[in-house]
Amino acid sequence: MSTFKVARGSTASRVFAVTLLAATVVMATMPSWAEGGTQRKMVELFTLISMAQMWNLLAGFAGVVSVGQQAFIGLGAYSMVALVNVHGQNVYAAIPMSAVLTAIFSIPIALIAFRLRGSYFAIGTWVLADVVSLIMQQQNSLGAGNGISIKVSGDALERLKIIYWLALGLAIGAIVLTYAVLRSRLGLQMQAIRDNEGGAKGLGANVYRTRFVAWVIAAFWIGLTGAVFYLANLRVQPKDSFSVVNWTAPIVVIVVIGGIGTIEGPIIGALLYYFMRDYFKDYETWYLIGSGVAAILAALYMQPGIWGYVRRRWGIDLFPIRRRLVRAEE
Amino acid sequence: MVWINAIVQGILLGGLYALFATGLSLAFGVMRFVNLAHGDLAIAAAFMSFSLQRTFDMNPLVSLLVVLPGAFIVGYLLQRVVFDRVVGVDPAFQIVATFGLSMVVQNLIYEKYTADTQGLDAGSLDAAGFAVNDSISIGWIPLITLLAAVVVLSGLALFMKRTRTGRAFRATSDDADAARLMGIDVRRIWAVAMALAVATVTLAGVLFGIKSSFDPFVGPARLIYGFEAVIIGGLGSLWGTLVGGIILGVAQGLGRQMNPQWGELAGHAVFLAVLAVRPTGLFGKGQLR
Repeated sequence: MSTFKVARGSTASRVFAVTLLAATVVMATMPSWAEGGTQRKMVELFTLISMAQMWNLLAGFAGVVSVGQQAFIGLGAYSMVALVNVHGQNVYAAIPMSAVLTAIFSIPIALIAFRLRGSYFAIGTWVLADVVSLIMQQQNSLGAGNGISIKVSGDALERLKIIYWLALGLAIGAIVLTYAVLRSRLGLQMQAIRDNEGGAKGLGANVYRTRFVAWVIAAFWIGLTGAVFYLANLRVQPKDSFSVVNWTAPIVVIVVIGGIGTIEGPIIGALLYYFMRDYFKDYETWYLIGSGVAAILAALYMQPGIWGYVRRRWGIDLFPIRRRLVRAEE
Repeated sequence: MVWINAIVQGILLGGLYALFATGLSLAFGVMRFVNLAHGDLAIAAAFMSFSLQRTFDMNPLVSLLVVLPGAFIVGYLLQRVVFDRVVGVDPAFQIVATFGLSMVVQNLIYEKYTADTQGLDAGSLDAAGFAVNDSISIGWIPLITLLAAVVVLSGLALFMKRTRTGRAFRATSDDADAARLMGIDVRRIWAVAMALAVATVTLAGVLFGIKSSFDPFVGPARLIYGFEAVIIGGLGSLWGTLVGGIILGVAQGLGRQMNPQWGELAGHAVFLAVLAVRPTGLFGKGQLR
């Protein structure tokens, strides 16, 4: 007679954890050997990974599909402007404060948007992002419609180095945060609701509260991402920081192609999107058309995404968030 | 008097929003489907009409004779080839597919026509109208647009009520599986619904192009106004959509009268207020789903 036990980790996941750690250490040393331009590009890549991870936490696990996440990039950026330019805060102290402010602003947004469901919820979030952008455009102290630059002082190269580390921290942090949430009680409820809302409710999961908490967590992290990204770019403009095309569109493509509902997917998708865009940078319009077509095809014909197929084919989980039944060794 | 004028112009504008909203309401009603490229398809139609005008010197209102049947076919095929696969699955894929389509449409237009702002010229009708009194004048094009909205909505209401296909529409909307068991070709109904949705938004797009200037990226705002009209009026109510459009138009008009920058924001404020106080909309029945 054989006995079974419930396992989470596997050899693959343990090897991967060590690899990821090593890769993080190597990437952390990058400012000492790579050029400024390369570091800037990496900041952009890390931003994409961070945002994609958060959108995936919502859409892939919590069943909250939003196309208004640019609201939180913009709010993070404008909180930086308000704290640094208007209130004279230190730029680095202002980053976490901006994230907290963004999370606070996300609460009334959620209270209204959560009155809608499914696809209408998605457009609702879009409208709300537009409302936030329009309100920001009325604020003369924040540059109104033309935008404003975050006031910084000191050595630009030194600042880039710190921003690079912050951005690396954002990407790794987004992965760790998602993993932690998914292994928690909250994550279990989220996934139960996603898989069967009625059943999960019957077992005591609070659908509204679970989605609400996931929403605020994502807003906090995206606010953080917006703050760091715009500290690297300095110029904050409403048309740019609240742009659905700049922010949410690529994220949606990234997550669906990489594999929605997996932690690995958004990372793969972001790498793919980023390097392809770099490769086709002289054909930007055609690249956007191509990614639109790719998004359509992925949604129609390969809904599990790249990592979904890998997992199905080889059963690998690099981030063990599921429980598996394995034969116990005697 | 300026305020009354703002209200009158808002009502006329509401007709346009109702036309943008009709297709959204229809597709959602029949198959719980939301096409995020809805507004972009309207702008694509405006550019088609623009090309016809430039090449054949065709009046944009006349060009509708070509563009509308084309839109009907595009809508039918779009549903059959693309959207059918994402009806009734996780809404995430619906959103991604139509969002992808929106990216494709916008950038194809941009590639062909550049980002330049364009306009359609309806000849002697354009910018003409009649004066009610010293401060209120009504333009022909906005009036035609409002009438078109009334005609389209009446036509759809009659179609739903009186025809065999209309009955099949309602049955599919209530319960697609049961309708299928009763021998209704549900996929055909869906395709006709999308064809009508694309045709109505095409009409809206061309009329919008005569009234205002447009560029390849103004589609999403049309989607948003149409959506707001649907929610204000109430899901599942065709006439509610017209009322919703008019309320939105009046709110924007009054807001703009207060401060030129507040037009859009005032419209959003009314939408948010309705959502907060009465999420099923003014004439909506039942659940938001």
